[in-house]
Amino acid sequence: MATVLKTCLVAAGLVWALAAQTVQAEEMKRYVVEGSRAATLPSCVEPTELMRRQHMEFIKHQRIATVHEGIRKEKYGLSGCVDCHISYSAERIPQPINQADQFCGACHAFAAVNLNCFDCHASVPNGTPLDAAAAHEAAGVAAQVQSHRDGEDH
Amino acid sequence: MKDDNDAINSERRTFLGVAAGITAAAVAPGVILHTVAAAPRAEPVTSDVRWGLLIDTAKCVDGCSACVDACNHENGLNLQVMPAGESPQKWETQKAVWIRKIKLQDNQTGRVTTLPLMCQHCDDPPCVDVCPTGASFKRADGIVMVDRHLCIGCRYCMMACPYKARSFNHAEMHGQLTSVPRGKGCVESCNLCVHRRDFEQESTACVDACAAEGHHAIVFGDLKNPNSEISQLLNAMPSRQIREDLVLNTGVRYSGV
Amino acid sequence: MKRIVYREWRIPPTQFWSLLGALAAVVGMSTLAFGYMEHTGHWVSGMNSSVVWGTPHVFAVFLVIAASGALNIASIGTVFHKPLGRLSGLLAVAMLMGGLLVLVMDLGRPERLIVAMTSYNFSSIFAWNIFLYTGFMVIVIAYLWTMADRQGAPFNYSVGVVAFLWRLALTTGTGSIFGFLVSRQAYDAAVLAPMFVLLSFAYGLAIFMMVLLYSFGEDNRPIGPKILRRLKNLLGVFVAGILYFVLIYHLTNLYGAKNDSFENWLLFNGGIHTFMFWIGWILIGGLLPLGIIYHPELSKERNWIMAACTLVVLGGLAAMYVIIISSQAFPIQMFPSHTIIESSFFDGVNGQPGPYTPTIPEVLLGFGGVAVALIITVVGVRVLQFLPESLSDDVIPIDEETLSEDAFAKPA
Repeated sequence: MATVLKTCLVAAGLVWALAAQTVQAEEMKRYVVEGSRAATLPSCVEPTELMRRQHMEFIKHQRIATVHEGIRKEKYGLSGCVDCHISYSAERIPQPINQADQFCGACHAFAAVNLNCFDCHASVPNGTPLDAAAAHEAAGVAAQVQSHRDGEDH
Repeated sequence: MKDDNDAINSERRTFLGVAAGITAAAVAPGVILHTVAAAPRAEPVTSDVRWGLLIDTAKCVDGCSACVDACNHENGLNLQVMPAGESPQKWETQKAVWIRKIKLQDNQTGRVTTLPLMCQHCDDPPCVDVCPTGASFKRADGIVMVDRHLCIGCRYCMMACPYKARSFNHAEMHGQLTSVPRGKGCVESCNLCVHRRDFEQESTACVDACAAEGHHAIVFGDLKNPNSEISQLLNAMPSRQIREDLVLNTGVRYSGV
Repeated sequence: MKRIVYREWRIPPTQFWSLLGALAAVVGMSTLAFGYMEHTGHWVSGMNSSVVWGTPHVFAVFLVIAASGALNIASIGTVFHKPLGRLSGLLAVAMLMGGLLVLVMDLGRPERLIVAMTSYNFSSIFAWNIFLYTGFMVIVIAYLWTMADRQGAPFNYSVGVVAFLWRLALTTGTGSIFGFLVSRQAYDAAVLAPMFVLLSFAYGLAIFMMVLLYSFGEDNRPIGPKILRRLKNLLGVFVAGILYFVLIYHLTNLYGAKNDSFENWLLFNGGIHTFMFWIGWILIGGLLPLGIIYHPELSKERNWIMAACTLVVLGGLAAMYVIIISSQAFPIQMFPSHTIIESSFFDGVNGQPGPYTPTIPEVLLGFGGVAVALIITVVGVRVLQFLPESLSDDVIPIDEETLSEDAFAKPA
C-alpha cells in the first residue's frame, strides 16, 4: 500500500515538474521583446528550444573564430543578437539589451545567471560594421545612434 | 673606379626611391576612393599576408594629431570619461592610449623628428611570450592583439612591451562601439583596425586621417606582397625598426629616424 | 640529547584573540580596499600606464620570495638540527598564500582566475610560476607531514630534498619574471634570478627569526645563545650576499655606456628612487643590520637581533620598491642618443621618470597579504604542535662537526 502511494506521489511530482517547465517555457516566450525584429521572425538562427539551452555555447565558439581567425561572416555573433533583439523606446532610442526589462537582461535576471558580455560589448547597435547606418535609417534612429565609423562620410 | 660606381648606384637608388614615392602618393588617394563595398570575412585569416605600416617621419608634421584623433574616434577611445573624483593629471597617466605623437631630438646634431608611435606588431612579440593565459596573441596575418575574453588583467604584457604600446582599462566604460568591444580590467592596444581588416577595407583610421590632412606620412599594406605599395616603398627607401637591437622584426617601420 | 617536544602556543586566550582580532581587522580593511578597487576600476590606485605594477606587487613579491626563504630553515636542518623545521614549513605556506592573494586581488579581472588555471601559455614564465607556486604548497604540506607524523618519517629526507630544489626553482622563477624582460633596462639581467634566491634566503630567515623570537618570548620558552648565534650569523652571511649581488648588478650596468643614464639616474638623481636604493635597500636593509649582527656586544642581545631582523625586512620592502617600481619608472629608451622633447604619453620627456604615487587602497591590499600570512601562522602554532618547547642549548647540543650519520638520518 505504502509503495503504491509512494509511486503515485513520485509520478505526480514528475508530472508537476514537467508541467511547470512547460508553463515556464510559455512564460519565457515573452522575453522576445515586442517591436524588435526578432518578434517578427518564426525562430532565431536555430530552433528556439536549442537557442534557449545552447546560445552561450554558440556565442563562445563564434567568439573564438572571430577573435582569433577573423571570421565575421557569422551565424552566432553577439552583434547579431543585439541587432535583432533590440527594441526602441517611443522616442526611437534603442534600449540596452541587458537592461532588466529587455531580452537578454530579463531572462538572465530570471535565471539568475550573471551576464557580463556587455561589460565590454555594445548593448545597442552602435556602428555595426556592415549596415549600421542603413539599419538605423530604416528604424528612424539615425540621429540618436552615434555612428563612430570613419570612412562612411567619405 | 669602384667609388664612382657606388656613387652612381646610390644616386640611382635615390632617384628610384623618389620616383616610387611620388607614384605611390599619386596612386594612394585613388586607392582609398575606390574602397570596395565591405564584405565580411568568411575564411580564417592566413599567414599569406602580413599587415604593416610604414611611417615616413619626413612627412609627419609637428603639431598635427590627426592620426591620434582618428584612432580615438575609430576605436571608441574618445568614449572613455574621467571618473568623478579623479584628478586630471593622474587620469592623463591612466587613460588608454593606442597611438601617440612623440617629438625627439638628436643629442648630437639637434635634429628634431616627430612621429606617431603605436603597437609595432612584432613578428616575435614579447607581450605574447609573457602572457600567462595566451590572451595576448598574434593573428596569422601578423596583427598582435588581445583576446579580452582570456585577459585577466595581470599587466605582465605591459611590463614586457618595449614600446609602452599597451594600455590597461582603469575605469568602467559605457556606450562601446559594436566593432570595438572594450571594458574595465583588460589590456588593449592598436590592432591595425582589425575590424576593418575583416571587412576588407583598404586602410586604417590613422592612415586615412593622415591622407585627409594631405600628409601621407603613414602607409598601410601587406608586407608579404612584393607589389603592394608598402613593400615597394620599403624596397625603395631606407627604413628601420624602433629598438632594432631586440630583433623583433616589427610590422611597423620608420624612415627618417 | 633530549627528545624534542613540540607544544601548541600557550599564550593567554585574551592575548591570542586580540592578536587574531587585530589581524582580522587588517584583513577586513584590505578586503574592503579590494572590493573598492575592483568595483571602481584601477584608477583609484596610483598604478598607471608607465608604472603598471605598484605597491601590491612590492608586498606580493616580497611575501612570495620570503616564503621560499623561510623554508630554507627546514631544508638546512643539518645546521639547526630539526626542531625549527615545522615552523619553517608553516611560515612558508602562510606567506605564499598571503603573497598570492595580493597578486590575485590586484588583477584587473580577478573573477577570471579560473581562466588562469585552465588556459596556459607555456612560453610565459608567469604560467610556469602558477605551477611552481601550487606545487610548492603541496610539497611543503607533504614535508610538514613527514616531519610531524611517524608514518611520514621515512619520506622526510627525500621530500625535504624535493622541497629544497623546488624552492630554488620557485625563487629563480620569480626572479625571472623580471629578469626575462628585455624591454626595460633595469631588468633584462640574468643575475636577477640568483639575486632573488639570495634575497629570499635573507628575508625568509629574518621573518622566521622575528616570529620565532616573538612567539618564544610571549610563551616564555627558552632559546639558547648557541642557536641564536647560528641564526644571526647565517642572516649576516645572507645580507652580505645580497650586497655582493647588488654590487655585481650595478658594476655590470656601469661598464656599458648604454646603461649610463639609468645608473646615473638611479644612483644619484632619481629622487625617491635614489633614496629608496641607498637609504632603504643598502643602509637600512644591508649595512645597519650587518653592523648589529657582527657587533661584539649588541649581537648577543635578543632585542638587538630582533631589530636587525626588522631592518632587513624593511630594507627588503625598499629593495622590492627599487626592483619593481623604480625599474619601471625609468623611461624605456626607444631612441638611443635622442632626447624626447614632447610626448602625450609620458615617454620620459627630457628624461622624466614615470609618475607614481601609491594610494591607500593599494597599500591596504599589501598589508592584507601580510595579515593573512600572520593569521595562518598564529592559528597554526596555536592549534597544532609546531613550536618546540625549548631551544635551549641542552636541546641542541650537537655541533655540525659532531653530527653523526645516525642523527643526520633521524627524522624530526
